[in-house]
Amino acid sequence: MILRYTFQRLLMLIPVSFSISVVIFMIVYLLPGDPIDNLLRVGSSAEDRAELVARYGLDRSLVVQYFVWIGNMFQGEFGQAIVLRRPVADLIAQNLPYSLTLGGLAFLFSSTVGMALGTVSAIVRHPVLDRFMRGFILLGSTVPGFWLALLLILLFSVNLGWFPVSGAGGWQSLVLPVLTIGFGGVALVARVTRVALLDAQREDFVTLLHAKGLSSGTILFRHLMPHALLPVVTILALRIGWILGGAVTVEFVFGRPGLGSLLIRALGQRDYPVVQACLLMLALAVMLGTLIGDVAQASMDPRIREKKS
Amino acid sequence: MLSVRDLGVAFGMVQPLSGVSFSVNKGETLGIVGESGSGKSLTAMSVMGLLPLSGGRITGGSVEFDGQDLTKLPERAYRKLRGGRIGLITQNPMTSLDPLQKIGPQVDDVAKLHLGLDGAEARARTEDILGTLRIPEPSLICERYPHQMSGGMKQRIVIAMALAADPDVLIADEPTTALDVTVQAQIIRLLDDLVKERDLALVLITHDMSVVAQTCDKIVVMYAGRAVEHGPVEEIFDRPRHPYTQALIACIPRGLDDATRLTGIEGTVPTVLNYPKGCPFHPRCPRAEAICATDPPEFSVAGDSAAACHFAEVANAQPA
Ligand SMILES: Nc1ncnc2c1ncn2[C@@H]1O[C@H](COP(=O)(O)OP(=O)(O)O)[C@@H](O)[C@H]1O
Ligand code: SF4
Ligand SMILES: [Mg+2]
Repeated sequence: MILRYTFQRLLMLIPVSFSISVVIFMIVYLLPGDPIDNLLRVGSSAEDRAELVARYGLDRSLVVQYFVWIGNMFQGEFGQAIVLRRPVADLIAQNLPYSLTLGGLAFLFSSTVGMALGTVSAIVRHPVLDRFMRGFILLGSTVPGFWLALLLILLFSVNLGWFPVSGAGGWQSLVLPVLTIGFGGVALVARVTRVALLDAQREDFVTLLHAKGLSSGTILFRHLMPHALLPVVTILALRIGWILGGAVTVEFVFGRPGLGSLLIRALGQRDYPVVQACLLMLALAVMLGTLIGDVAQASMDPRIREKKS
Repeated sequence: MLSVRDLGVAFGMVQPLSGVSFSVNKGETLGIVGESGSGKSLTAMSVMGLLPLSGGRITGGSVEFDGQDLTKLPERAYRKLRGGRIGLITQNPMTSLDPLQKIGPQVDDVAKLHLGLDGAEARARTEDILGTLRIPEPSLICERYPHQMSGGMKQRIVIAMALAADPDVLIADEPTTALDVTVQAQIIRLLDDLVKERDLALVLITHDMSVVAQTCDKIVVMYAGRAVEHGPVEEIFDRPRHPYTQALIACIPRGLDDATRLTGIEGTVPTVLNYPKGCPFHPRCPRAEAICATDPPEFSVAGDSAAACHFAEVANAQPA
């Protein structure tokens, strides 16, 4: 049943990915500027320019260019970076692991810490703790990532010297970027967990669980947590896109290699194939996140499994 | 078996329940009747020791079970009684089971917890009980999820959970209100049989006087958070002495026409925030006089029953 559900979700992704690919392809052409300008030496003639345009296929119609591009993508042929003059696939392969590590750790950090905080604040109904949590959640959902990153760098790197200011050395270089990206996530997950737990507590069946003689701890972990997990999974799945988006700026601020840094550099140079490949990877990750979220939810909730399959 | 005396309940400053007393023995069914909002569920929750879940507390009186006062029982000991010796059946079977878990495990829990059975033993017991509750194919049902079953079937599962540890007392809070009429009759008959077969003490909460007439031995009539009349069913039905009880009985549909049931009493039930002074029923009472608005009536005993009405002595002259 869950396999069939997964398959259906996958099918639904086909039209979505098609539209996304068109949008990504088009966005690049709507940007002002031209990568050929970056390649031409000062004083080149109009013929030199025309030759370069033809070499990269930029003289053909947009529709043809799109199908050539998408066809290549399907074959794993990402093309050649115009400005960086290397295969795009190499650039992606080189940068992707950095982003995955950073994103994965940030994801882990926000989900575990967020759920722990949310659970504690739902059970321990203490006014001081309540106020602290609310402040924390407000802060977490309003402070922009780059600003937090600068603050953290100032405090921990410049003043205290605990962590490197930038780069991708050892685990130390990951601490601040993970904190920066994860902070908003922790606050969000904590809030969703808390609200979901409090809601679940009010459900009718909880009275009967108590009436069976189960202890509050058993009820919390065996019955309430699974209910709270449903919205948390949804929010986490959506968060994957947000985390990757966050990675773009955070990688840049911390001077780390990664898809984000690559994307920003390529954007600056109007390096179309690289920009397109990066955007496509990000979009793919978001779709994959949603898919995983949906499937995880369906595997937890029999009602969803049945309604949609 | 279970004896509640002068029970009072408060939420913060409001006191929605006071002066409720009743008792049930094994093999006996006690009916608690009253319109919605009269404090029936609060009474059930008090006996289960579950008031703290909704922020309430017992302010007075006692709940005596098997020689101990449950209002003074520590939580740990109370947990052994809940589900173990006192079972609860709630009103809405559509929402009373955990939607994320299969039926089997939800029932198994009770026998595991209270009888110390292992997984396989508990499941065998579950299937056995489901069978005695006339649920077809128990082993298949155990693998189902709650949303895959009808309301009546779910209510049987809830009853199975309440029975799994062989309790002495069963509290059923409007067990059929959310079900359709034919299923209602089946469930009531089922409960009635269980009382006889298992020698249970059943507290049957309902707002349906005809159900009380069919199944109960004793009855407590509640109004605005108070018991207003109690006694053996025959006495109460033959000679109701409280005007509210008389009105309830007068509203029992005689024919097939269900429409008059309990809607027949003029006015509305007061909520906790506007419980009337004096006799709580006086704004709706056809017999009310000046004293009713100022002085709360005492219970007047006649035979085995008692009614809290200033004019209970003469009420017999006006049968319902
Ligand atoms: N959690 C609560 N807080 C405050 N008042 C409550 C609460 N629960 C019930 N009450 C009040 O207690 C009264 C009796 O409620 P209840 O026992 O549910 O009535 P019944 O079950 O007879 O319909 C109602 O007036 C209701 O407003
Ligand atoms: S005391 Fe007065 S108001 Fe109350 S039931 Fe009796 S007659 Fe009616
Ligand atoms: Mg009720």
